[in-house]
Amino acid sequence: MKREYVYPAFERFWHWMQAALIVLLGVTGFEIHGSLHFFGFRQAVEIHNTAAIAFLALICFAIFWHLTTDAWKQYIPTTANIRAQLDFYIFGIFRGAPHPAKRTVISKLNPLQKLVYAGLKVLVIPIMVTSGLIYMFYRYPQKYEVISLNISGLSVVAAMHTLGAYILVTFFVMHIYLTTTGKSPTANLKAMLTGYEEFSEEGSGVLEKSNGVNKPEMVQR
Amino acid sequence: MRRILVVLGILSFLALLFLNILPERSSERTPLEQLRLRYGTVRKPSVDHGKFEVLNGPFSKPQDVTKTCVSCHTERHHEVMQSSHWNWDRIEYIEGRGIRKVGKKNILNNYCIGISGNEQACNRCHIGYGYGDESFDFKNPYNVDCLACHDRSNLYMKAGAGMPDPSVDLTEVAKTVGKPTRANCGTCHFFGGGGNNVKHGDLEVALLEPSRDLDIHMAVDGVNMECTACHTAEQHQMLGKLYSVSSMNRDRVSCESCHGELPHADGVLNKHTLKVACQTCHIPIYAKEHPTKLQWDWSTAGTLQNGQPYSIKNDTLGVETYQTTKGSFIWGKNVKPEYVWFNGTASHYLIGDTFDPTETLRVNELHGSYSDPDSKIIPVKIHRSRQIYDTQYKYLIQPKTVSRQPGDSAYWRQFDWQLASAAGMKEVGLPYSGNYGFAGTEMYWPINHMVAPAKEALSCVECHTRSESRVASLTDFYLPGRDRNIWVERTGVSLLVLTLIGAGLHGVARLASPRKRRQAIK
Repeated sequence: MKREYVYPAFERFWHWMQAALIVLLGVTGFEIHGSLHFFGFRQAVEIHNTAAIAFLALICFAIFWHLTTDAWKQYIPTTANIRAQLDFYIFGIFRGAPHPAKRTVISKLNPLQKLVYAGLKVLVIPIMVTSGLIYMFYRYPQKYEVISLNISGLSVVAAMHTLGAYILVTFFVMHIYLTTTGKSPTANLKAMLTGYEEFSEEGSGVLEKSNGVNKPEMVQR
Repeated sequence: MRRILVVLGILSFLALLFLNILPERSSERTPLEQLRLRYGTVRKPSVDHGKFEVLNGPFSKPQDVTKTCVSCHTERHHEVMQSSHWNWDRIEYIEGRGIRKVGKKNILNNYCIGISGNEQACNRCHIGYGYGDESFDFKNPYNVDCLACHDRSNLYMKAGAGMPDPSVDLTEVAKTVGKPTRANCGTCHFFGGGGNNVKHGDLEVALLEPSRDLDIHMAVDGVNMECTACHTAEQHQMLGKLYSVSSMNRDRVSCESCHGELPHADGVLNKHTLKVACQTCHIPIYAKEHPTKLQWDWSTAGTLQNGQPYSIKNDTLGVETYQTTKGSFIWGKNVKPEYVWFNGTASHYLIGDTFDPTETLRVNELHGSYSDPDSKIIPVKIHRSRQIYDTQYKYLIQPKTVSRQPGDSAYWRQFDWQLASAAGMKEVGLPYSGNYGFAGTEMYWPINHMVAPAKEALSCVECHTRSESRVASLTDFYLPGRDRNIWVERTGVSLLVLTLIGAGLHGVARLASPRKRRQAIK
């Protein structure tokens, strides 16, 4: 067995912060939507707006991190081995077959993850942020008056925001379930908490083609 | 080095979060406190009219009192004669109708219908002396009744055609004059429609000495404001208007004139002020003390018991639900308002207008919509009535209801719609075909009084809720919490359900599958 440091501190902080905020935004958002009753409407609105601002700030940090560490390259979708990955989830997993993609520092993500996370990053989150910002600022109290954006109403904005929310909830469910498909049901969770992934020496998975990512300097503890 | 950078990044992020929830500094004195100080201070009048010798009388007729008033206040009567209190009409621009003179003189309502032919009773509330029929001289300044608004003795009473009640001692009254109190205004404005709170629903005798819960502004245990605090006047032209008789967006009293456009500490609430009038949230219910009329069915009027008119009283509310003279009523107490978009303009049913009797006639339609930037949601009392109309000419009938002498066709004495319609329509100069029926009409009464204490204001879910939203009838906009896009819901829910089923089945299959050693797959 060997331990490999795959999730640096910021990435873990970002991941868990984002997880907490999205759960909070989801619960309060669906309360505003009228689907559930937990905080009370007014409290839900206040929490939702505060969490939204926190989420925006987090996104700024995350973008900076992606750019400065070249982490963004991890998310370039690739068709290579996507079949192998699907095969694994549909058939191999029941036969105890090994994971087709070996997690390395060079390529942390399997092809399916790349596809889904890239989709979230360039499509769903931007839709949520844009529609959310319009929601937040389509009427904005200035010092003496309320400034209003020139939109005919909220129906389109709200539809986008709600649809995005449903997609995120769906992702959340799937994501939680797939964490259990590691070497042990909690292996992936542990990795995201500690940063270290445990590998068996004789990894028989198909090695990811390197995306030409330079292996970042590792701080070995 | 790297570790330090990471920690710094995380710390600065947390600092940003923290800054976002820090309390804002409170100023020395809130705007509300300033208002309380300003309006809570009562100014002592600088003149005691009781000390003026000219007011020692005796006055043989009320016009002599007015002569005495204008001997000092030399121009005031001209100001009064410019006002709608005197003229009972105003020049109004009505959309689609052009410029018209409208007012109590010639506008029909769906309570007692109109004054034409009924001046003797209706005009006890006119601020003149002797407006008993159309021949009244609006040019005679001595007919102006100063006492109606300025008597502070509470002994002054008006009777038929606006003359003082014979029991009134004019000298005694004249010596008490001063700034109008709520009793002066309320004598007429609380009793519109023939009884306390009948017409408005938010203006009634309880406002003479209300608690804070009844009306936060007029509360005797609060700021104790008079009507004139908001309904200010410049040269006897009052601010404030009633959309049963006016059409234009002008001379309105606004909450904002004192409270500003953004009165809340909470930005989310302030956003609402763009589309929601203050009254909508801050007057959650009206008619809190005495009931108001919500429905009036004239078609059931006229049944007699043993040849005599009679009435039926509702014991719980203490009001009549049937009168031979007027028909049947539905009253309401602690009523939730209905809500409409309103931009400050209204149209009116003008006498002689034809309409389609199969549809409800809106006697004073309030204009507005979500897409109109000048519109806000306002609370209204909608008074629904079935009232008499000419089935052949398809217009509303002005019946003669009030009798001056026996045999003058008045409905309230003879209970004969044919006679009353013929006499009333003759009064307004329109033909009556001899065929009458009863048509459904609606009148809109904006609710502006009985503002509740802040803690009583509507909570979010009174509107932002899927079922029984207070604004359920306003469907021309998307309201979060109330509205949903059906396709988004269907797509989203199916997506989620399928995922749950898929993950569930997958998990069960994994648990059920035999665990094989990895080596076996070689």
